[in-house]
Amino acid sequence: MTFVLAPFAAVGRSTLAMLATIGSVAIYCALTLNHLLRPPFYFREFLSALLAIGYFSLPVVGLTMVFTGGALALQIYAGGARFNAESVVPQIVAIGIVRELGPVLTGLMVAGRVSASIAAEIGTMKVTEQIDALVTLSTNPLKYLTIPRVLAATLVVPLLAAVGDIIGVLGGYLVSTSRLGFTPAVYLTNTWDFLEAADMVSSLAKAAVFGFIVALMGCYHGMNSGRGAQGVGRATTNAVVSSSILILASNYLLTELFF
Amino acid sequence: MIEMRDVHKAFGINRVLRGVTLTIPRGESMVIIGGSGTGKSVALKCILGLIRPDTGQILLDGEDVARAERDAFLARFGMLFQGGALFDSLTVWQNVAFRLLRGRLKRPKAQAREIAIEKLRRVGLTPETADLFPAELSGGMQKRVGLARAIAAAPEIIFFDEPTTGLDPIMAGVINELIREIVVEMGATAMTITHDMSSVRAIADKVAMLHNGKIRWTGPVAEMDDSGDPYLTQFITGSAQGPIEAVR
Ligand SMILES: Nc1ncnc2c1ncn2[C@@H]1O[C@H](COP(=O)(O)OP(=O)(O)OP(=O)(O)O)[C@@H](O)[C@H]1O
Ligand SMILES: [Mg+2]
Repeated sequence: MTFVLAPFAAVGRSTLAMLATIGSVAIYCALTLNHLLRPPFYFREFLSALLAIGYFSLPVVGLTMVFTGGALALQIYAGGARFNAESVVPQIVAIGIVRELGPVLTGLMVAGRVSASIAAEIGTMKVTEQIDALVTLSTNPLKYLTIPRVLAATLVVPLLAAVGDIIGVLGGYLVSTSRLGFTPAVYLTNTWDFLEAADMVSSLAKAAVFGFIVALMGCYHGMNSGRGAQGVGRATTNAVVSSSILILASNYLLTELFF
Repeated sequence: MIEMRDVHKAFGINRVLRGVTLTIPRGESMVIIGGSGTGKSVALKCILGLIRPDTGQILLDGEDVARAERDAFLARFGMLFQGGALFDSLTVWQNVAFRLLRGRLKRPKAQAREIAIEKLRRVGLTPETADLFPAELSGGMQKRVGLARAIAAAPEIIFFDEPTTGLDPIMAGVINELIREIVVEMGATAMTITHDMSSVRAIADKVAMLHNGKIRWTGPVAEMDDSGDPYLTQFITGSAQGPIEAVR
């Protein structure tokens, strides 16, 4: 009998475990939001998080977007040529990059870079009892470690996405003018005239949400890291996977909401 | 005064504490001994609220610590962790002065640094170590920085988890003397875990032995040698033969 029931038990167990995780992430998220703007505020930690998350992610985001913008231009040109609409390249590149690819790819690259490093750092602190030491030194780990990182990511990822948008459009521009025979001035005018303020606002708003997700997942998995090096490794993987999935899912919801 | 009343704690099927009852009077130095893995560190963490006991009560000056205001409660404590637990993103002096750089004890940076260097000197470290990072220190040096951090804000109650493990005999002597000094001069309450019997004799007013999740024996250090308890005697003499099994 147990032999027959075993698969059901396994499904049940993992469902329960998943629900428990969702619950504890939600509680952690609520705690973070609750403490977000209450003193004490650790300004130095906030500044170093800004630097680590924002400034040092610039090269990765820039490279990702320049290549993506270039490839997008080629694809749209090839696709447009099938119904004699090659001239829409600037407009579609601008829309595709600003409304969708800019924030999403920035979010995903930051998820890989930042949530992994946050989870590894905090997980190591947990494993080596540094989190316990913080508590005994009258410092709330949520305020000292989580809040500065979450706040920094929420503020700085939109800036990264804005830079990413510009570089992405630039990638499309470079390919279009050098390989597809577009006139530079015309390309730029078309891009500029076509974009609306709402496109940019949605781009930045999405990026802010993605930044929040990335830092929150990094901190959550770090704080709940298992014991030993293996525990930290697993926390890092979970942080990257969960923040990537949450970014893609919330991107869909936000897109529904905005358009 | 700290009181543990029938404290139980299990991790899964591993029943670590099985009814620990222990009183540490104010201003005394209590040393806890016991085999490796018997739950000495877990007991300290239970008092600090880092681990929540399954059942039982822990009282500080008659007040249940589970209900006490956390900030005020923790402000009275200092703790040296078994592994040091230094913050590796901060320099040595910033570690030592952690409490003095933020929160209610905050003071100017120069002053905090001065205090940190003074505390480092007391644990036998030169001012040059102040600007190094923990990763650049030896194990024994890290331990001593952890000790300096625990005493930096002059807490009333200090927990030392194996303060002399990994130190050379002379440095161990210095640390034993320091702990004694802190208790006698500053009137602090100290609770120390150690495996080193010479250290027990140097710093203890009272000794408690933890075995099988319970306090096996407790009493003044002077009565330790002729307690008549076969477990304690075996532990003190370090004999392989006796009631305590070697494999556990
Ligand atoms: N966070 C934890 N999760 C699971 N088990 C734990 C945890 N902390 C301690 N234990 C277990 O509790 C037991 C007692 O551990 P503890 O660290 O208190 O031992 P100890 O008496 O301090 O030993 P030592 O003298 O070697 O430091 C061990 O079996 C350990 O595996
Ligand atoms: Mg221990």
